[in-house]
Amino acid sequence: MSLEELWFVLIAVLFVGFFFLEGFDFGVGMSTRLLAKNKHEREQIQATIGPFWDANEVWLITAGGALFAAFPNWYATMFSGYYTLFVILLLVLIARGVGIEYSHHAKSDQGKNLWYWLFFIGSVAAPFLLGMLFTSLVRGMPIDAKMHLYGSFSDFVNVYSLVGGLAVVLLSLVHGLTFIGLRTTGDVRKRAISLLNKVYILLFVGEVIFAVLSYYQTDLFTVRPVATPLLLGLTVLATVLGMLFANKKREGFAFTFSGLAIVFVVSMLFIGLFPRVMISSIDPSFNLTIENAASGHYTLSVMTKVACTLLPFVLGYQIWSYYVFRKRISPKK
Amino acid sequence: MEVLDLARIQYAITTIFHFFFVPVSISMIFFVAIFETMYVWKKKKIYLDMSLFWGKIFLLSFAIGVVTGILQEFQFGMNWSEYSRFMGDVFGAPLAVEALLAFFMESTFIGVWMFGRNKLPKWVIALSAWLVALGTTLSALWILAANSFMQEPVGFKVENGKAVLTSFSALITNPQLLVEFPHTIFGALATGGFMIGGISAYNLLKKRNTEFFKKSFNYSMIVACIAGFGIVFSGHSQAQHLMESQPMKMAASEALWNDSGDPAAWTLIGDIDTKNKENKWEVNIPYLLSYLAYSDFNGSVEGMKTLQAKYEKLYGDNVNYIPPVKTVFWSFRIMAGFGGLMVLLSLMGLWFANRGSIVNKKWFLRSMIGAITLPFIANTTGWIMTEIGRQPWTVFGYYTTAQSISPNVSKGQILFSTISFSSAYVILAIIMIMMVARVAKQGPDIILKENVNTKVDLMDKEAFGE
Repeated sequence: MSLEELWFVLIAVLFVGFFFLEGFDFGVGMSTRLLAKNKHEREQIQATIGPFWDANEVWLITAGGALFAAFPNWYATMFSGYYTLFVILLLVLIARGVGIEYSHHAKSDQGKNLWYWLFFIGSVAAPFLLGMLFTSLVRGMPIDAKMHLYGSFSDFVNVYSLVGGLAVVLLSLVHGLTFIGLRTTGDVRKRAISLLNKVYILLFVGEVIFAVLSYYQTDLFTVRPVATPLLLGLTVLATVLGMLFANKKREGFAFTFSGLAIVFVVSMLFIGLFPRVMISSIDPSFNLTIENAASGHYTLSVMTKVACTLLPFVLGYQIWSYYVFRKRISPKK
Repeated sequence: MEVLDLARIQYAITTIFHFFFVPVSISMIFFVAIFETMYVWKKKKIYLDMSLFWGKIFLLSFAIGVVTGILQEFQFGMNWSEYSRFMGDVFGAPLAVEALLAFFMESTFIGVWMFGRNKLPKWVIALSAWLVALGTTLSALWILAANSFMQEPVGFKVENGKAVLTSFSALITNPQLLVEFPHTIFGALATGGFMIGGISAYNLLKKRNTEFFKKSFNYSMIVACIAGFGIVFSGHSQAQHLMESQPMKMAASEALWNDSGDPAAWTLIGDIDTKNKENKWEVNIPYLLSYLAYSDFNGSVEGMKTLQAKYEKLYGDNVNYIPPVKTVFWSFRIMAGFGGLMVLLSLMGLWFANRGSIVNKKWFLRSMIGAITLPFIANTTGWIMTEIGRQPWTVFGYYTTAQSISPNVSKGQILFSTISFSSAYVILAIIMIMMVARVAKQGPDIILKENVNTKVDLMDKEAFGE
């Protein structure tokens, strides 16, 4: 495997990890309004991600940093090309991060409520925007010979990207509700499962529409005639199994499968992109690929050494922190 | 206004705002780690209270530091895409390492420190605080490695119009980094010192929780004093280094249009006329500039006109290599003046605290409340001098700010982002100040109240059982 290929895989892994981890964070955020009936439940739900959400968001920061370092042209084209989307995404992430943190510090109920609203809005909007970003990425964007992206409104906002955004929101919500089922006791846990059943039905519909649109709107099926349908099938299978286990109160398994559904979808997008990193809708020769977007060999090899040395520690203490906070959270008395 | 101006304004706003909170985080968690360690060692509850109380301010600032930090990272690609393409090979590596080595460590162990109290032994909590402190410091190291490269490019070559890294070790032993990093860290520690000092002074004046705030005050003044001297010495060595590496920045910070002559006098204040490239009047201190530049009372310093001529030969004419002189000149003076004032105040604070008479020195306590603003202004003007003084370059000698801009971003887009980020920041700043003020006023009682709530163990059943 070349270094460029390795870094493409690493960046894909960082995004998969981000969507897996922050996915349930987002879902938990949505549940503070959709599931919680009062402020005690809201706090109980929020407490499930208390020690983790910060580190989960760092996966996005790391993915961004790795993109900058390993594929500067990808980073530059995407971030400047998706300008408005990123502005809104940043505002949403600011609102969400501040909301979750400051709800601890608010004194009055109104104050707390305001922070919870920000947390909720951020938790819905962020996965939606990221879903739009990635679906329009595989659909192709008007990138010129100089690697500059001049997109019109419909390049960013169209049926496919909207469905993609919605699908990521639903995946996150399912994953989050399953996580709440896993991490709580009492009434909240029961209601999380029953809400889950309804959301799962929406998710099935969403997945099917997404798969059909992917067939017509992208070249995912032609460039990966085996992997794309296989991973889409696995996504649906994981969704079915997740729902079954959730109803049997086997939340550990349910969580594994709701997470796997996310892993399969995101992997499908990255496998479909490879070896391109951004697809030009103007001319395939303007595509950004792992070759023309990458950093020099020396930079990549230094970063490979750094990553190989540090990753075991990073993963080690993150897993340890999940082990430390493994107990279920009961409602506040 | 053009896209370039707007992008620069946005960069200035977002960076200055982000750097209000970074020093607070760096220093507050350092204090927290000290108090946690004292708690393990002396087993006195007051140290736990101190950790929790000052930790609250840490958490408030960290939350904003994180969310505004994402913006800092993304903004390079959004507003400065051509810079990102040119420099990504070099500049991206420290950013990626920062995330991998520092951010994960901070964010994970903050969780452990915040929520692990009833689950883990005391020493693990203290260790977590130290790991967070280490993380924030490492984060500063890597981000400054990236910044130092822009000030003084090392360990690279230009290939096909792009910078290509050739030596990672040169990047992290950059002479600029070696002077910039200690100066920034000392500045951060002083920020926390003066914040704790000021809030303690306020409560001592009101005679609330005197024991708690006296102890906090003592610790804060020790750190502020060490940091103060650190700032002065590291600042001096940085200035000397800049004389070699970025003489134009130093000349601008002195408003030195013509060569100084030997020995060089230091301009305390003056009326700068940038149009005619002269100073209408100035107040000079003889010998001082020679000393600042060379640690010697002899030696002349080159003026901006000479340097402009030199740079034109080196980098091509038709470019104005003189940065905005007034901004750099006054930023430097405010920074240095406030730095000196901080040293003085921390020495006095230490003196009074040692003699045990601090509660009677009302005038001093009052000035310490006002002094909370000093490090913030000094930090900000320090960065303004560093970044504006480098203009017109983003990467000194290789790439200009005008070249760095994203060509595909419209004026409307960048206006929209600048307005929305700025408004979000203004709101955040107001809320932050209100929240810190509330915590400061309430004192450690706020912790007591919250502990009553959280003493009820929220977690009782195994997650993976049943």
